[in-house]
Amino acid sequence: MRLDPSSAASFYPPKFKKLRIMEYFIQQFVNGLTLGGMYALIALGYTMVYGVIQLINFAHGEFFAAGGYVGAITLGYLSGLGYMQTHPVLCLSAAFVFAMAYCAYLAVGVEKIAYKPLRRESRLAALLSALGMSIFLSNGMMLTQGVYDKIYPGEMFQGRFDFGTVAISYLQIMIIVLTALLLVGLNILVFKTKIGMAMRATAQDKTMSALVAIGSNKIISLTFAIGAGLAAAAGIMYGLYYGSVRYDMGFIPGIKAFAAAVLGGIGNITGAMIGGLIIGMVEVFGAGYFSSEYKDVFAFIILIGVLYFKPTGIMGENIDDTRV
Amino acid sequence: MIQEFKKIWKPYTIGMLWLFGLLWPMLGVHSDGTLTVHETFRVWGYILIGSAACLLLYMVKKGGYLDIIGDPLSRATSRIQTRAFAVPNWSWQVGLIVLACFLPLFADRYGTDVAINVLIYICLGLGLNIMVGLCGLLDLGYIAFYGVGAYAYALLNSIYGLGFWICLPFSAFFACLAGAIVGYPTLRMRGDYLAIVTLGFGEIIRLILNNWMSLTNGPNGILGIDAVGMYLPVFENGLTFEHFWMKKLYLFYYLVLALAIFTAYGIRHLNISRTGRAWESIREDETAAELMGVNTFIYKLLAYVMGAFFAGLAGAFFAARMRFVSPESFTFLESAMVLCMVVLGGMGSIPGIMLGVFALIVLPEVFREFESYRMLIFGSTMVIMMLFRPAGLIPAKRMGTRSDEREG
Repeated sequence: MRLDPSSAASFYPPKFKKLRIMEYFIQQFVNGLTLGGMYALIALGYTMVYGVIQLINFAHGEFFAAGGYVGAITLGYLSGLGYMQTHPVLCLSAAFVFAMAYCAYLAVGVEKIAYKPLRRESRLAALLSALGMSIFLSNGMMLTQGVYDKIYPGEMFQGRFDFGTVAISYLQIMIIVLTALLLVGLNILVFKTKIGMAMRATAQDKTMSALVAIGSNKIISLTFAIGAGLAAAAGIMYGLYYGSVRYDMGFIPGIKAFAAAVLGGIGNITGAMIGGLIIGMVEVFGAGYFSSEYKDVFAFIILIGVLYFKPTGIMGENIDDTRV
Repeated sequence: MIQEFKKIWKPYTIGMLWLFGLLWPMLGVHSDGTLTVHETFRVWGYILIGSAACLLLYMVKKGGYLDIIGDPLSRATSRIQTRAFAVPNWSWQVGLIVLACFLPLFADRYGTDVAINVLIYICLGLGLNIMVGLCGLLDLGYIAFYGVGAYAYALLNSIYGLGFWICLPFSAFFACLAGAIVGYPTLRMRGDYLAIVTLGFGEIIRLILNNWMSLTNGPNGILGIDAVGMYLPVFENGLTFEHFWMKKLYLFYYLVLALAIFTAYGIRHLNISRTGRAWESIREDETAAELMGVNTFIYKLLAYVMGAFFAGLAGAFFAARMRFVSPESFTFLESAMVLCMVVLGGMGSIPGIMLGVFALIVLPEVFREFESYRMLIFGSTMVIMMLFRPAGLIPAKRMGTRSDEREG
């Protein structure tokens, strides 16, 4: 059975619903944590890129979709060779490594082609170029991989723990743990290492950091690579969780993750993590308690509300006029 | 030429190798556990040959080897240009309108259909031009206003049985209302935030149309919308007026042509008016505009409402033309397509946008066998235009003269 957070409501017949409010809540909380973790991983790419070059990278959702595809291709190849049955964990790790590397490679090239020449032009030009790149990439994926959903191979992690009526699948545990590991790793990279210090310096002041011999082009490339790698990891998780990937799947999660980045305060890494979790929770609880048809609307409403009432987000510093 | 080659070969080679690495996992790794390269090499080879040819042409031109052909050619074009500028502006317009009027006589049903499409997209492109080209507000949810206009006519017609001409002002009004609702909270933001919020609003409107089953019939859409009815004079036994349903395609073509002409002249007049100058000043520098006494909020809201107005009109015509509406017609890709037309033609330039619409509607019809590459080409067009010619094919002319030009 494929897990869909919005279908959790149908687990329970109506007359039991009142008795099991707590269980239902916990179930939705776990679902929200899973989804929110993925949004947080995507949102980090938006927020890091925005922090360094003040550009909304529209193509970021496509990095996420490409990651999902490369993961599916790698897993398919390995299961074709027969390794999936013998070493599933190893195969999955290989898929994560390949997808993250591929997307980092893709993102560095995209930045060099479409964004770097426009860095001094107006922001409208860079934004339109990013939008064009996004359309180009998603259609490129459609042409090479087909219009239809690509089924994720392997029935891994299908078992689950049952705590009373709360069911937590191995897959959800894997996603939550892996997301936590990636987030901790990123925090260490950004706040504890020299490279992270260089990234933060570039985000604050490019000229000044160039004066202390930080190559801003290299740092920008690195930022794109890390952001795309995290998005690729989220892409594989998304594919495993929902069972398939599609060429245009990056669009809606991309906007939601952007909403998460704005909610957390754009440019702020911790904020993006918190924002992603909040957006995931709101979506799952909104779908579970209000209406699953409008589950995409909640994130947009949060986005608009945050931008209207508190454009700096939860964790954001004061943004001067040029940024908003 | 050697100089140019020295400058370019290294990034070009790296880029091509990068592309190969990008293509191979997508094309060469199969789920039966085999690895192949010939498919990748085939696709890559096409791209390599195409781009190398473009590059060679560029280098030859830069190196001055094309001057033998290019010089007389450019002299001829400049001569044609001076002649063209000598011809008064109105004669071009009259010529174009006359040509458009006689089109249904030469075109078959298919050709008229494409022409109607072109005209509707011209209205949309010009409407979006008010926001993007004149006022500098990037709107990625523009198609939602078109959808509101179309659904307003469809619903009023199917529920209350109202005719087209009564519904037309309502369509425009509801689109304006949607524009004001979207514009009011978003206009405090600038640039890229605005773009993504309008994208969100566009999706919200599409989701509402898709999910409000009791009103809009959800994804199935609304069927059986009335065509346009009109009273036309009949001269048998004296002058009487009779009611006609404009189901004939060429009759409808003339209606849409009238709408397009109205839109083009309306926007032209907005552009050269006080309002248009206020919009352009906001686009150039919002703070300076506010300092000079332009009420930026009101004018930005007005840009939204006016843009939505034209989209609403076009939407009502679209619903009457298709006699069917469904949320499928109002997706984000449509917004992106209209935006691509505006960007290709030249933001702020009315003839440019007409050319852009013409190029992006008619060329895909001509090259039907490359249908699936359409959006790929749209995307790359946007990137390439931004990189090499950000002002578009026919750049907009600045209205009036600036003070420093007048002094000099």
